[in-house]
Amino acid sequence: MKKEELPQDESALASMTRELMYVKDKEGKYTTDLSTGWDVKKQALDNAWDDIKERTEEARKAVANGEKSPIYYFMELRIMDFPVLSGYTGFWAFTIKRHMKPNVFKSLSEKKLQIYAKAFDVSVEELKNFKG
Amino acid sequence: MEKEFKHIQAAHCENGVATSLLRYHGLQFMTEPLAFGMGSGIFYLHIPFLTISNGPAITYRSMPGWIFSRTCTALGVKVKREKFRSEEAAVKFLDQKVKEGVPVGCQVGVFNLPYFPPEYRFHFNAHNLIVYGKENGNYLISDPVMETVTHLSEEDMLKVRFAKGPLAPKGHVYFPEQVGIVTDEMIKKGIIKGIKRSSRDMLHIPGNIGGVSGIKYTAKKIRIWRDKLGPRKAGLYLGQIVRMQEEIGTGGGGFRFLFAAFLEQAHQYVKQDQLLQISEDFTKAGDLWRASAVNMGRIYKGRLNEQKDFDESADLLMQISDIEKQAFIKLSKIKLG
Repeated sequence: MKKEELPQDESALASMTRELMYVKDKEGKYTTDLSTGWDVKKQALDNAWDDIKERTEEARKAVANGEKSPIYYFMELRIMDFPVLSGYTGFWAFTIKRHMKPNVFKSLSEKKLQIYAKAFDVSVEELKNFKG
Repeated sequence: MEKEFKHIQAAHCENGVATSLLRYHGLQFMTEPLAFGMGSGIFYLHIPFLTISNGPAITYRSMPGWIFSRTCTALGVKVKREKFRSEEAAVKFLDQKVKEGVPVGCQVGVFNLPYFPPEYRFHFNAHNLIVYGKENGNYLISDPVMETVTHLSEEDMLKVRFAKGPLAPKGHVYFPEQVGIVTDEMIKKGIIKGIKRSSRDMLHIPGNIGGVSGIKYTAKKIRIWRDKLGPRKAGLYLGQIVRMQEEIGTGGGGFRFLFAAFLEQAHQYVKQDQLLQISEDFTKAGDLWRASAVNMGRIYKGRLNEQKDFDESADLLMQISDIEKQAFIKLSKIKLG
């Protein structure tokens, strides 16, 4: 990529920094330059976030309809998947899946709820009382 | 005399940490491309069946930590690494190093990294930064992807050092412990070793999911995604490829330019003119990676979403795979002294 071709588009990163890129100067030698962003990347990131919002909304509905426990919703809200939530809670994926059933969730001990609340960075009350 | 730490911005976090720390310890010749090349940072792997953030699991780089380790080994630099079970021990160790005035590399998760824009905070646990001091209870941070230095509170520092999930950092800190005299001959040897290792990894890794054949594997997948997953999800998958490829700290296109810059710099130590020609090949590969991103972008923006558009992206990856294969074959064959 030539230096003058380096895109300078808008991006969310602009609030933090410009990105350093390796580009070719007029003599055809490598040098570095800073870029504010690239539209192609921004769109990929925006799409990913649209998808996350959609998944979170679906999770909210599933809790409201009594199909899933709040754990399912907060996992999506915190953009976690099973390996990440397992890491934060120490529970196996299949245990977490069980805890996502509303009936099982109701009988969870205070201690387990606390572990989940900490992982999601919410209070136990917020977790317990989330109705979707 | 106390040495002063100097912040250096880099394209990729681990290269940046390696470059800054080695320069701090007196190795002024060190540059990001040299660290990347000697550490054989360039790689490709498409892990089948596994999804990350609900998309395909592709990496363009070697394992986190390897770039720094390999570069240091080549230069005879002894590296100290520590991981911790207990958070208290991790804090104590870091504070002790800060007190001694030793800048240390830290592996962190970005989900709780406050100076990252929220849009970029995923559960990615292999980001690297340098702690080079402490002031008013805040750690002084040199994050290589940033233009300037920044800081982190004790609480935030603990959170990012003990992020959980895949590649959990477990408080991981690392720094050069002993740096001897580095001769031009050692640099030259390190460069040659890096080139040979990268060629071997990209050409001869067994199976069809890694190296240049891994790029073809991804191309094959792209051809079937639209039928298998439906246009919307297939588009999201392409978006994930582009994010993995071009986002800060990673890079398909970016890494090729970095590797091309490495070969250009390598030429200063290893007088072999073919290096410059092969550098051009990688520039071309990098340009094509970016062209493929533009192509995929048109699909996930929803402007085009026909099978032929997916095929076009796949064709580009096939072409890239061939160019890189030829370039690495040339690299593995030239005499490097």
